[in-house]
Amino acid sequence: MIELSHIDRHFQVGDQLVKALDDVSLRIEQGEYVSIMGPSGSGKSTLLNLLGLLDKPTGGTYCLNDRDVTSLSDMEQAQVRSREIGFVFQMFHLVPRLTAEENVALPLLLAGVGKEERQALVAPALDALGIAERAHHKPEQLSGGQRQRVAIARATVTHPSVLLADEPTGNLDQHSGDDVIGILEGLVDGGLTLIMVTHDIDMGRRATRQLRMVDGRLDQDIRGAGRGAA
Amino acid sequence: MALHSLDVARFSWGALAGYPARTLLMLLAMAIGVGSVVVLTALGEGARGYVAGEFASLGTNLVIVFPGRSETGGVNPGAMFGETPRDLTVEDALALTRNPRVRKVAPLNVGSVPVSRGARSRDVVMMGSTAELLEIRHWEVSQGSFLPPMDVNRPMPVAVIGSKIRDELFGPRKSLGEWVRIGDRRFRIIGVMGSEGRSIGVDVQETIIIPVAAAQQILNTESLFRILVEARSREEIPAVVQFAEDTIQQRHQGEKDVTVVTQDAVLSTFDDILGALTVAVGGIAAISLAVAGILIMNVMLVAVSERTAEIGLLKAVGATRGQILTLILAEATLLSALGAAIGLALGEAGSLAIRSALPILPAYAPAWVTLLVLAVALATGIVFSLLPARNAAALDPVIALSRR
Repeated sequence: MIELSHIDRHFQVGDQLVKALDDVSLRIEQGEYVSIMGPSGSGKSTLLNLLGLLDKPTGGTYCLNDRDVTSLSDMEQAQVRSREIGFVFQMFHLVPRLTAEENVALPLLLAGVGKEERQALVAPALDALGIAERAHHKPEQLSGGQRQRVAIARATVTHPSVLLADEPTGNLDQHSGDDVIGILEGLVDGGLTLIMVTHDIDMGRRATRQLRMVDGRLDQDIRGAGRGAA
Repeated sequence: MALHSLDVARFSWGALAGYPARTLLMLLAMAIGVGSVVVLTALGEGARGYVAGEFASLGTNLVIVFPGRSETGGVNPGAMFGETPRDLTVEDALALTRNPRVRKVAPLNVGSVPVSRGARSRDVVMMGSTAELLEIRHWEVSQGSFLPPMDVNRPMPVAVIGSKIRDELFGPRKSLGEWVRIGDRRFRIIGVMGSEGRSIGVDVQETIIIPVAAAQQILNTESLFRILVEARSREEIPAVVQFAEDTIQQRHQGEKDVTVVTQDAVLSTFDDILGALTVAVGGIAAISLAVAGILIMNVMLVAVSERTAEIGLLKAVGATRGQILTLILAEATLLSALGAAIGLALGEAGSLAIRSALPILPAYAPAWVTLLVLAVALATGIVFSLLPARNAAALDPVIALSRR
């Protein structure tokens, strides 16, 4: 469960105060499928970064799974990211010199999980995403869709409670994009919370809860729509 | 969240292998630094070993008496060339035999004289001494015999020649029992020196040795070049030095006009000089290690900059600052260790090449230098990677992930 109360993220640029997020309050229950839409510069990505503890708010509080994570130290935030949050990026962000299998194992390696246990967790993750036969391929040997599947496997291999996706289909063709969305929605069906930033209105409307950001503020919060309407 | 050290090593090795050109350049820099320190110190140690060996060949437990006094200690250059106010005589040498701590005494005259046989003639180094010289200098005679025991004042016309002189004067014919002319006198060859017997400044194979009294007549002098005294043991050397100084002073009407040095003292002086030289050349070579360190820092800074997105990703998937720091430092450590190992191998190969080209130089880098240079190489790599590692650890993940 995610609860944001009066979150601000302000930047000082020269003499000007830029309000990337302004008094955002939000509660997201476990297993929700949320899309965040809005024009460029509306604060979508800033909100996603704050939710992923990659950035810190300048005001307000953030509770994740009933724990206030607003003012945790860098190390504590890293631990929360490692255990509870998965990221999927538009650019995949796979390490080019590592194989698909090694990329997926990265969060486990950083969490201090031993090699045998890593292998036991990585193999089913790759299998579940249909890329088990690509385990020993490097990113350059994979298609865009396959790379994003590897990235999803990496994001979910630690069994996080929240998956944050930033334009997950933005770099894919229509067919691959549909595949990836199908995979992500399958994860939601399994009980994972999915929060997805997207410019694609059709894609955004598939979510069962649609947030619209304008000028750093939460402009719309539409519930009850979603996959059926797509 | 502790990283497993094997995982750190594998990850760092993967990062290094992922950029082969960069890695090879850094390895080369570190290897050249380490290799040059090893080769140059091996060369220095070789020179020290060579000099020590040469001094050892002078004799064992040796005390050397020079004419002339050095007031400030050490060896008086004037005394080295016999330019002194008071002569050192054969009688002085005889006086030094009267002590139970003294095993042997050999008076010594040295000069360059023409030696001829028939039409063949050349200038050679002539040494005038006694039968004791052979044992004091640990030389060997390959044919015939050395100077016989005799009255030191008797200018017996016998000579022992070096094998090279024998070859030049007699060619393949026998030389023992034959006569040669030294200066204006004739001497019968009674022995030929063995193939060994080379020591500082003197190649015995190009030397001719005759009784000291005969040498003094040829050189027209009563003064000795020096007196070689062999103590019975190493422990008795100080007492023998004191005895020699007192005896000669007494014989020279209370004048302290000789310099008595021990083989150890001379060796120690050379050892100090060559040791300082070794440290100096090693130090100069060590500068290249510092240069290698700076190169590592530069390349690691570039590497961190190029891998910004990767570092951002690592942070996003749960890496702490400490883990990023560890991974970058591990790369530098691995690089330094590999570079140092290659450098060590190159250095040993270089030392081997020196030993092959100059067999007289025992060019081995001392073990402590090897250990020190390894430690310095590792420390250099780590210290110069701290800044890039800190930069990487401090990267803002949002900004880092926005890099493509």
